[in-house]
Amino acid sequence: MSSLPPGSNSGLSLRKLWFDPNVRSLVFQLIAVLAVVGFFYYIINNALFNLEQRGITTGFAFLDNSAGFGIIQSLIEYDESYSFGRTFFVGLLNTILISALGVFFATILGFIVGVARLSDNWLVAKIATFYIEIFRNIPLLLQIFFWYFAVLRTLPSPKQSLQIGEAAFLNVRGLYLPKTILEAGSGIVVFAFFACLIATVFIFFWSKRRQMLTGKQFPTFLFNAALMITVPGIVFLLAGSPVHLEYPELKGFNFKGGLTVIPELAALLIALTVYTASFIAEIVRSGIVAVNKGQSEASISLGLSKTQTLKLVVIPQAMRVIIPPLTSQYLNLTKNSSLATAIGYPDLVSVFMGTTLNQTGQAIEVIAMTMGVYLTISISTSIVMNIYNRKMSLVER
Amino acid sequence: MTVHEFKPDLAPPTSARGVVGWLKYNLFNGPVNSIFTLLLIYLVIPPLLSAFQWIFIDADFIGDSRDACTSDGACWVFISSRFEQLIYGFYPSEERWRVNIVFVSFALIIAGLIWPKTPQKTKLAIFSLVIYPIIVFYLLIGDSFGLAKVDTHQWGGLMLTLTLAVVGIVAALPFGILLALGRRSDMPIIRSFSTIYIEFWRAVPLITVLFMASVMLPLFVGSEVDFDKLMRALIGIIMFQSAYMAEVIRGGLQAIPKGQYEAGEALGLNYWQSTGLIILPQALKITIPSIVNTFIALFKDTSLVLIIGLFDLLAIGQSALADPAWLGFSTEMYVFVAFVFWVFCFGMSRYSVYLENKLHTGH
Repeated sequence: MSSLPPGSNSGLSLRKLWFDPNVRSLVFQLIAVLAVVGFFYYIINNALFNLEQRGITTGFAFLDNSAGFGIIQSLIEYDESYSFGRTFFVGLLNTILISALGVFFATILGFIVGVARLSDNWLVAKIATFYIEIFRNIPLLLQIFFWYFAVLRTLPSPKQSLQIGEAAFLNVRGLYLPKTILEAGSGIVVFAFFACLIATVFIFFWSKRRQMLTGKQFPTFLFNAALMITVPGIVFLLAGSPVHLEYPELKGFNFKGGLTVIPELAALLIALTVYTASFIAEIVRSGIVAVNKGQSEASISLGLSKTQTLKLVVIPQAMRVIIPPLTSQYLNLTKNSSLATAIGYPDLVSVFMGTTLNQTGQAIEVIAMTMGVYLTISISTSIVMNIYNRKMSLVER
Repeated sequence: MTVHEFKPDLAPPTSARGVVGWLKYNLFNGPVNSIFTLLLIYLVIPPLLSAFQWIFIDADFIGDSRDACTSDGACWVFISSRFEQLIYGFYPSEERWRVNIVFVSFALIIAGLIWPKTPQKTKLAIFSLVIYPIIVFYLLIGDSFGLAKVDTHQWGGLMLTLTLAVVGIVAALPFGILLALGRRSDMPIIRSFSTIYIEFWRAVPLITVLFMASVMLPLFVGSEVDFDKLMRALIGIIMFQSAYMAEVIRGGLQAIPKGQYEAGEALGLNYWQSTGLIILPQALKITIPSIVNTFIALFKDTSLVLIIGLFDLLAIGQSALADPAWLGFSTEMYVFVAFVFWVFCFGMSRYSVYLENKLHTGH
């Protein structure tokens, strides 16, 4: 220690402070905090001033005011007399509906196309490639417009509907399907259905544990499928078939009764499905390709059948690669469903950020609430995905 | 002395070579595949043939009004009568040479950047990212150097689509780099600010961002600042895109081995020197394919600006459909606009695949 030159341990010299990494990082972070606070101070100040000048009220009181506009599709009870707050939930539910339907159909189509692209049948593989390269490279909005304006708008009028028997009708106003009407006594059927559903979960875990302990396999899938079909079916018959179908009927200029799929929903659903499926197909393909060929060869040489190889070796490993990007495609689909506003499907953006914003003029509150919904969906999904990834990485060696 | 000579190999059986063999191995290997093949031929070929007939054989190409469209096929006269608007929007026709110069010079620069043997490529890249945009700005807006002023509300069509996409991606690049570095920084506050920014913009749909930019932005700035519609859309796109760009660049930064950072430190370089001279050049090089992919996504997403009232390629096409003189030709317009978008996106995606393959051999 005596070899140190004099003065070198005087820790307060300015030059030394400037080159101390801790001090530097503290200074930088302080500057960052000041910049961000200053920025927000500036915009909030401006916003308050501008709002006052334009005579726009602030706060969330407007949510209780009567909305006074109609919405063409609502999953909950709604008419003009309900409040603006209610329009938020109507829009939100419509967004959830289109997203859930889109995810369901896009997954099915995407997996089919993805597997087809790896087929050894030349024609199947080429058609799948063709599909992917076409639809992936055309803007979604254009596809929505195409299905809505060029296809569904040119369908015949209600009087000349395309029809399947007396049950389903397709015309320019939408697709009309029979609706199931639940009568008294149907509750017990629903109860039987859910009871079976819970039972299948127990059977699944029981058979898995038994296989771990004894090595005996149990035909879980077949047994569960049989259970799910027979028990509610028998209960349904015993209760005297308490469900009937209500068919749509042409009355005057339009159909009454039954279940209506409005053309906006149909166009948006077709476009979202077709577009997202082309991305999912690529994810599925790369997931399957990512599983080393040695894995399936090893499994076959262990004596597993081709089906067992696929079910027990290839798919579980492919899924690990597929699921994270697949989830982000689901999120993309949910976000893309906001394009509904371009054709007037009443989703959250169209109803709340469109009509409600125009009627109330309270841009900041409305946009914050809308963005909040997407933020919540997205952040909760990424939390679930992080848990999933952690679990999957534990399984790894 | 006898020289032993091998007899030439027998040719494979006729059923295994030529067209027959190809068909047998690729289309009819096994009963299931044969059924699939026949089913697909039955289902897919007739619609494709009738589409081909509609687009080319039965179509009308020449004329200047809808009376020229007499056959059953597509009426491309509609497109050609709107063609100039689809490309230039409402840009005054006597000033369109300026747009043409930009188109040509842009194409030349892109060609120069793509062609592997261009000399001084780095300088060209820096020129095209820094100086070229300024030239283009003055050329398109005018109002100086003796050029007439063209307001941005007259811009439209393919020109506007390209402007939005290119400005969006180029301006997002520096922000993206800073955010990516911030997210990997050791300073907790900088890191959390960057993470919050990135995750926020990635969580919300672009359409809400555009709404926000067009409705809320005027509230947030003082009354002395006045943004036009295009500027607002661009601010929204850049804020949104820089979050995606940051994630792409972060991926590239993560791929750089730790030894590179350590080597930089060992040479006595400070943070910015080692980042700028060692880490970023390598990270950016390997992220180019992903940047091209984000550009494709942005290019498609620019069509959303029609919702806030800008006339990009799709919006011009959509508004042409409302023309009472040309009712009923929506399919032609959508097919044409889709084709233009498709050519750009497909070309770029091929390029990104090519780059990826090229980079793979290096490692």
